[in-house]
Amino acid sequence: MYAQMVKTDAPRVKTLDEMDPQERSFQERIDQGQKIEPKEWMPEGYRKTLIRQISQHAHSEIVGQLPEGNWITRAPTLERKAILLAKVQDEAGHGLYLYCAAETLGISRDEMYEQLHSGKAKYSSIFNYPTLTWADIGAIGWLVDGAAIMNQVPLQRCSYGPYSRAMIRICKEESFHQRQGFDILMKMVKGTPAQKAMVQDALNRWWWPSLMMFGPSDDASVHSAQSMAWKIKQNSNDELRQKFVDQTVPQAEYLGLTIPDPKLEWNEEKGGYDFGEPDWNEFFEVLAGNGPCNAERLGARRKAWADGAWFRDGLTAYAEKQAARRAGNEAAAE
Amino acid sequence: MSSEWPLWEVFIRGQHGLNHRHVGSLHAPDAEMAINNARDVYTRRNEGVSIWVVRSSDIAASSPSEKGPLFEPSNAKVYRHPTFFDIPDEVGHM
Repeated sequence: MYAQMVKTDAPRVKTLDEMDPQERSFQERIDQGQKIEPKEWMPEGYRKTLIRQISQHAHSEIVGQLPEGNWITRAPTLERKAILLAKVQDEAGHGLYLYCAAETLGISRDEMYEQLHSGKAKYSSIFNYPTLTWADIGAIGWLVDGAAIMNQVPLQRCSYGPYSRAMIRICKEESFHQRQGFDILMKMVKGTPAQKAMVQDALNRWWWPSLMMFGPSDDASVHSAQSMAWKIKQNSNDELRQKFVDQTVPQAEYLGLTIPDPKLEWNEEKGGYDFGEPDWNEFFEVLAGNGPCNAERLGARRKAWADGAWFRDGLTAYAEKQAARRAGNEAAAE
Repeated sequence: MSSEWPLWEVFIRGQHGLNHRHVGSLHAPDAEMAINNARDVYTRRNEGVSIWVVRSSDIAASSPSEKGPLFEPSNAKVYRHPTFFDIPDEVGHM
């Protein structure tokens, strides 16, 4: 999941009878499956929660370029390099779709960047892990994008129109990401024993952080209950994690890999796998900024923003000069 | 801090013969850069044959609260739809 533990400011979910008429008619529209559009009235909590969720999602797409960008110049063939470049470019595009959706809620792009750079806004914990070998690029596509798809497909039905439409565009493109990752691994497991070992090592390192992407169990969380009532979240974290494990285990078997979880076992009764609990202490440490690459990732974003300032200003100055020149020409022609 | 680039709304003609359709928005310093950026952000997979960009601040929009006064009058004029009129079967296709 690209947005983790989004808070809603709600002490508990209100019933329809407790709402004032305006909020009640808003909730009834959502219950009927209607979409909410930017200029319409919405409860302040709905607006704030969406800003948090969409901006966190956008930041994840942007920061998510960094671990993969690390391998663009080191890709094993020209074709793999072109594919990875296109994939990373998609992530930039996804970030831009989402920033635009968030802006319709009344926050500016610069404010969102500022929140990312100051550490106030979060991005997905997964991008704070390093990409040590080429197999990591395969594992990210297969597992990280696979987990993201699990979360993003239901978000296409989100109650907020601009977010829902951005998710539809993103989901169309996301399947390429997962397949290119799996394709890298299919090639590598047919290679030398060393290459196959590299793939197993990548799975060992990415498996648990991928399960953590869905966030801790939220069955008792008031924030999740509120987000579900607003239809900006559709499934519980555990539900999505279970789906992800059930989908991924057979794929690992196909690759001839072992999932690094001694507790993993098929449960005939529930028709799904039983599996172990991720290390949530590690998850909270990474969220708090103490993961292996937090400082490096934020540092790279801050540097890119600061180093690009002269360029952004230059283009603005040029645009102003051209506009003034055109205005001058028009005045002279009159 | 430097000032933010203005926001542009992007419209793409998906195929020849179709209308331009709103696909989203982006920031750019001027119209030319807005079109260049729109190509990269919104047409990476042959989604379009033509791009329009309009500064968001130049768009005038109706407000959601005007929905009633604006659109209700036409609801009452059901005779605008051909199905309002019963034509006997003997008349044949019309």
